[in-house]
Amino acid sequence: MSNDVTNILVVGIGGQGVMTAADILGTTALSLGYDVKKTEVAGMAQRGGVVTSHVRFGPKVYSPAIKPGTADLMLAFEPAEALRWAPHLKQDGLLMVNTYAQEPPVVSIGLFDYPDSPLEKVRAMGIETHDYNAGQSAIELGDRRLINSIMLGAISDHLPFPAETLEQSLLDRFRHKGEKLVALNQQAFDLGRKAFA
Amino acid sequence: MNAVEPRSADLRQFISGNEAVAQAARDAGVKVAAAYPGTPSTEILEYVSKYPDMYSEWSINEKVSLEVAIGASLAGSRALCAMKHVGMNVASDAFMTQTLIGAVGGLVIVVADDVGLSSSQNEQDSRYWGRFAHLPVLEPSDAQEAYEMTRAAYGISEQFEVPVIVRLTTRICHVKGVVVTHEPETHESTGFKKDPSRYVMVPGNAKTRIPLMMTRDEALKTYTTKTTLNRVEAGSDSRVGFVTSGAAYYHVKEAFPDAPVFKLGFSHPAPIEAIREFSTTVENTVVIEEVEPLLETELRAAGVEVHGKDLVPKIGEMAPAVITPPVSKLIGEAIAESALIPTHEVFPRPPTMCVACPHLGIYYCLSHIKNTIISGDIGCYTLGAGHPWNALDTTISMGASLSVAQGLDKGRADSDANKNVLAVIGDSTFLHMGMQGLLDITYNQGNVTILLLDNRAVGMTGGQDAPSSGLNLQGEKTMQVDFRKLCEALGVKPERIHEVNPYEMPVLFKALRTEVKIPEPSVIITNQPCVLTERYSKLPPLKVEADKCTGCSNCLDVGCPAILVDRRETVVKPNGKEKELAFVSIDTAACTGCGLCTKPCAPDAIVPAFNVSKIDAVEIK
Repeated sequence: MSNDVTNILVVGIGGQGVMTAADILGTTALSLGYDVKKTEVAGMAQRGGVVTSHVRFGPKVYSPAIKPGTADLMLAFEPAEALRWAPHLKQDGLLMVNTYAQEPPVVSIGLFDYPDSPLEKVRAMGIETHDYNAGQSAIELGDRRLINSIMLGAISDHLPFPAETLEQSLLDRFRHKGEKLVALNQQAFDLGRKAFA
Repeated sequence: MNAVEPRSADLRQFISGNEAVAQAARDAGVKVAAAYPGTPSTEILEYVSKYPDMYSEWSINEKVSLEVAIGASLAGSRALCAMKHVGMNVASDAFMTQTLIGAVGGLVIVVADDVGLSSSQNEQDSRYWGRFAHLPVLEPSDAQEAYEMTRAAYGISEQFEVPVIVRLTTRICHVKGVVVTHEPETHESTGFKKDPSRYVMVPGNAKTRIPLMMTRDEALKTYTTKTTLNRVEAGSDSRVGFVTSGAAYYHVKEAFPDAPVFKLGFSHPAPIEAIREFSTTVENTVVIEEVEPLLETELRAAGVEVHGKDLVPKIGEMAPAVITPPVSKLIGEAIAESALIPTHEVFPRPPTMCVACPHLGIYYCLSHIKNTIISGDIGCYTLGAGHPWNALDTTISMGASLSVAQGLDKGRADSDANKNVLAVIGDSTFLHMGMQGLLDITYNQGNVTILLLDNRAVGMTGGQDAPSSGLNLQGEKTMQVDFRKLCEALGVKPERIHEVNPYEMPVLFKALRTEVKIPEPSVIITNQPCVLTERYSKLPPLKVEADKCTGCSNCLDVGCPAILVDRRETVVKPNGKEKELAFVSIDTAACTGCGLCTKPCAPDAIVPAFNVSKIDAVEIK
């Protein structure tokens, strides 16, 4: 049964839009008739803590949580988080990483070290990893919240449905906020789609 | 259950358990809904507030919210009350007596357990309350069931004249799934009918209600054997059969899809005889429940042979990865490989205060005052116990900062004679349960300096409104508490009350230093809004002039997440001692220019960033 289910893990830090990205993936799957479940571990999410959002869809989904070692795809909004959650991917899983690093205060004040070359460590685990500085691009596009749309673009050609379906679902979210925001998110989505290819 | 037809498939919604409960309340014709915010239940009332035909309110605490719902039920209307697990502790005084009165209009109490403690001070199993108060507990397993069981709960509540608990967990509240709602019903309020022998719980009346409660117990025990909320699901592999409820049900289905399952939706009182029969059809019976072994204990007491907490933990979620290894071992199966994936140790990323949070200045000051014992409370400011401030010594329950401080003062040892006892509490927590503690301090002449952090929001749960914000649940203007007057009314001398802007650290520091020396109750009210709310206005961002930064790292003591360390150096001072230097920059895209970090910066290296909108990002390959 679980073989028919697509498991997507979205990981990052509170405030990056992890939950929104997962929500858009879930909504898209729902619109295509799948059974869908989405769950978060986001204790105090708005406070810069770790956020993981699990999206599972298929003919029938039981548990909302993705078991370690079974994620088909993972979107990591931060490189150290990619390393932390990499064991959730299955053997031939695919990882998309935003390379824009964000150090928490416990690292700034010297209590812990940020890992050296986290993505090399991930690759050493045998995981196919695509990376791009989506954070920098989002800031250059004028809003760091656009990381979200860039990362959705990154994953869009690796889903069991057309990238355009995800794109429409993303853009539909912004339609009531005006064409300018729709265009900006479309730009971010396209950028992610190309940059991570 | 309500005999209603599901709506057509194109009405499939992708919504959370919390939203499903809100829609169920609306569709059940609920007239009054009340709650105090608390993770993971907060969003229930936020969704309810969008339905104009329902009355809904943020109550000032959970006991009040339950009592509001009780009143509505006695008025003959359907009522909903929602809270997190610890909220039930507060509400329990009313709860334990209301069970004797029962319900008139359907009375449903939705209690959300934070299994796994993602945002709570403890983990407790609210199913106990059903046993304690002799009333039914329903346990949905996903958002669709949260909808269906909340609706069913109203029928049960009115049929048996009993308050009903719908027990949720974080994995129900916050998990989004596919939900199809049913036709809404209207509920006509039956009106308040005077019945003092039932509603006035003096001993003589209460005594007559207890036997009725016992009779009700028996009726519910019969009902649980008949309701479709409990069901047996056949399975092809009878080496193990599961008895389970709530979120654990889907974890069991995921882990052992071919096993027979006794699924409990109406989990208390449980159909013990039916489970006994089920257990005879499988080789091993395993009870999977979150958190405590309640059902397991009851089954064992009835002589049903089951496994349970001898295999799985009494703490945290019953995820597939938790269930699979011990149960596989029980039935002699090899454990799946997925448990053996290598992991890398990565630094922890604990929650932090927000960039520019007004609490940052307060904790900077508190961490620089000596000889303190500081009792804390529940809210964002509990994070002050963490790095870099380490400025809280206790946190227990809502409002406890004040009363615990009173005890710390009165119980102080001779060796602590020169210690300054302080209490730190937020505006909403103070109004929830802190006022009583302050009155106790003034009445009994305690020597406590109180910091009342008024950011005009229930910050930790997402910035909800409270009597301190001047807005109600619907965002409409209402009265706004005047904390100065309130503290005066609670017995604090006017000259011992200070209102301070927490971004003006020297002023705050001076007020603190003065008040801790005066041996009587004093209150320092800080008055700047939560940065997550619309009241907060951002200022132009700041930057660090790299050539001026001396690496002293004083700014890091503020604890703002926008301050980043670029490089570290170790220097040897003239006295031969080593000193760690940390040269910093500011994440200008995150900074909102509050200026707190400029105060401890000796070389004045932190200056306005003006047009700087980009920052030097760290590229990692």
